[in-house]
Amino acid sequence: MSLTRNDVENIAHLARLAISEEQLPVYVDSLSKIFSFVEQLNAAQVDAVEPMAHPLAGQVQRLRADEALDADNHAKYQRNAPRVEADLYLVPKVIE
Amino acid sequence: MTELHHLTLAQLNEGLRARRFSSVELTRHFLARIERLNPALNALITVTGEQALAAAQRADALLASGEAGALAGLPLVHKDIFCTDGVLTTCGSRMLSNFVAPYDATVVERLSQSGVVMLGKANMDEFAMGSSNETSFYGAVKNPWDLKKVPGGSSGGSAAAVAARLAPVATATDTGGSIRQPAALTGLTGLKPTYGRVSRYGMIAFASSLDQAGTLTYTAKDAALVLREMAGFDPRDSTSVDAPVPDYVAELDQPVRGLKIGLLKEFFEQGLEEQTAKLIREALQVYERLGAKLIEVSLPNLPLSVPTYYVVAPAECSSNLSRFDGVRFGHRCEQPKDLLDLYKRSRGEGFGDEVKRRIMTGTYVLSAGYYDAYYLRAQKVRRLITDDFARAFGEVDVLIGPTSPTPAFDIGAKVDDPITMYLNDIYTIGANLAGLPALSIPCGTVGGLPVGLQIIGPHFAEGKLLNVAHGYQNETLWHRDMPKGYE
Repeated sequence: MSLTRNDVENIAHLARLAISEEQLPVYVDSLSKIFSFVEQLNAAQVDAVEPMAHPLAGQVQRLRADEALDADNHAKYQRNAPRVEADLYLVPKVIE
Repeated sequence: MTELHHLTLAQLNEGLRARRFSSVELTRHFLARIERLNPALNALITVTGEQALAAAQRADALLASGEAGALAGLPLVHKDIFCTDGVLTTCGSRMLSNFVAPYDATVVERLSQSGVVMLGKANMDEFAMGSSNETSFYGAVKNPWDLKKVPGGSSGGSAAAVAARLAPVATATDTGGSIRQPAALTGLTGLKPTYGRVSRYGMIAFASSLDQAGTLTYTAKDAALVLREMAGFDPRDSTSVDAPVPDYVAELDQPVRGLKIGLLKEFFEQGLEEQTAKLIREALQVYERLGAKLIEVSLPNLPLSVPTYYVVAPAECSSNLSRFDGVRFGHRCEQPKDLLDLYKRSRGEGFGDEVKRRIMTGTYVLSAGYYDAYYLRAQKVRRLITDDFARAFGEVDVLIGPTSPTPAFDIGAKVDDPITMYLNDIYTIGANLAGLPALSIPCGTVGGLPVGLQIIGPHFAEGKLLNVAHGYQNETLWHRDMPKGYE
């Protein structure tokens, strides 16, 4: 199945990935190959089959009481942040 | 002359407790080997020498006082996918090349509590995506059996480190074969437990319904020793199964007589290299001599496992990797113009090609208009494959076949076409889709390169798998082979 350059640009935008002009045709080619490859799945008989999200048959999401269990470690966690000020993560202006 | 690095983990454990050597001696021995031999292999990204010696000293004290944990004083390396508190955790990616983990993964915590000495963090395919350890930001890992060949992936660094005797055990992860395939290519015992058996807390997520932590060791007995400490319910992982952990070591010596071994018809079809097929058949003869019965079974949907995986895994990875956005941790681009630019360039620069390829594949199959045709359909085929396995386990106890279609291939040989690389996983992926435990053990060499025998079992049959592997290792010597230059 062949993807167009436009398809790949749209996907890259959705995935928030910057792809350069030189790289774009390489991705168009490899992604097209991948989608041709997975086309084999169309041959499968899946009419009455339930989709399977994970292998744990019968397991349901465990719930717990809404109580704070952890200590406040934000200073430690924020040591990895690119830019922090007053315990806030700094990003470029969002609201115009 | 038996060197310390010739001993199995079990033998080292025994030696430490008998005080034939100390953990500090052992640690120094392996750190010296790492310093001398790792540069040519590129197996480790970080070496934690000082920490290791401090941990070794603590272990020696505990061994002397009789308060030591089950694995006290034993050196190991962790795949760089496990968060290690205060230690660089890169996941083989530029995106995390500055990330010092602020906590320990459950796997790390449990093994640390049982007394292991961490020597360092092992190189890996970036974000665990790969079958050759060629996608790492830190460069390709070399196979100690032949430095021009790949060690397999994504746990290539873990495998190369253990095969080269830089450490007697390494933790690793397996999403589509990433423990078993490198084990096969480097002559090791690689175990992927049942999905949910080992906690994924602190293990950087690639595909959440497929990822599982396991080990690379020289023997099934060694794997049993370590799994006993790693496995078990963890409330911090919502996919962790609350089931008791058996004593895997105690189950090792059950006789193999009467075992029903399923031979997967689909595994022995085209694509399997001839000499490899011969070694697999010879290994099966060993089992027959031990009194096992070989029964042919068919899993008709199994040939669809690779395309199924390459829809499901990228879909899950596109979701999991959306957290890498340059905001709270990880790589951030210089001078972002606006938020969109921050996201796009941080991620564009931080991720390598294969990761970007898989994120885009996943984004596409989950997008409006394509979700039903691709993702939902793949999840249905996943159920068909899982049901095929369940039916087979109604007739047999375990399935045995090859792990990899060929022995180790040349570095650079398969990087141009993603599909050629993906097909390396043809025998391993099924077990991940169905959540089944599986392992690979060495069963011979072709042209001097190791070949792996894969054993797959029903859910929570790790004990049986290790027992079956141990039976073979009692009769053969392949697991004792060492690559030239690393003895």
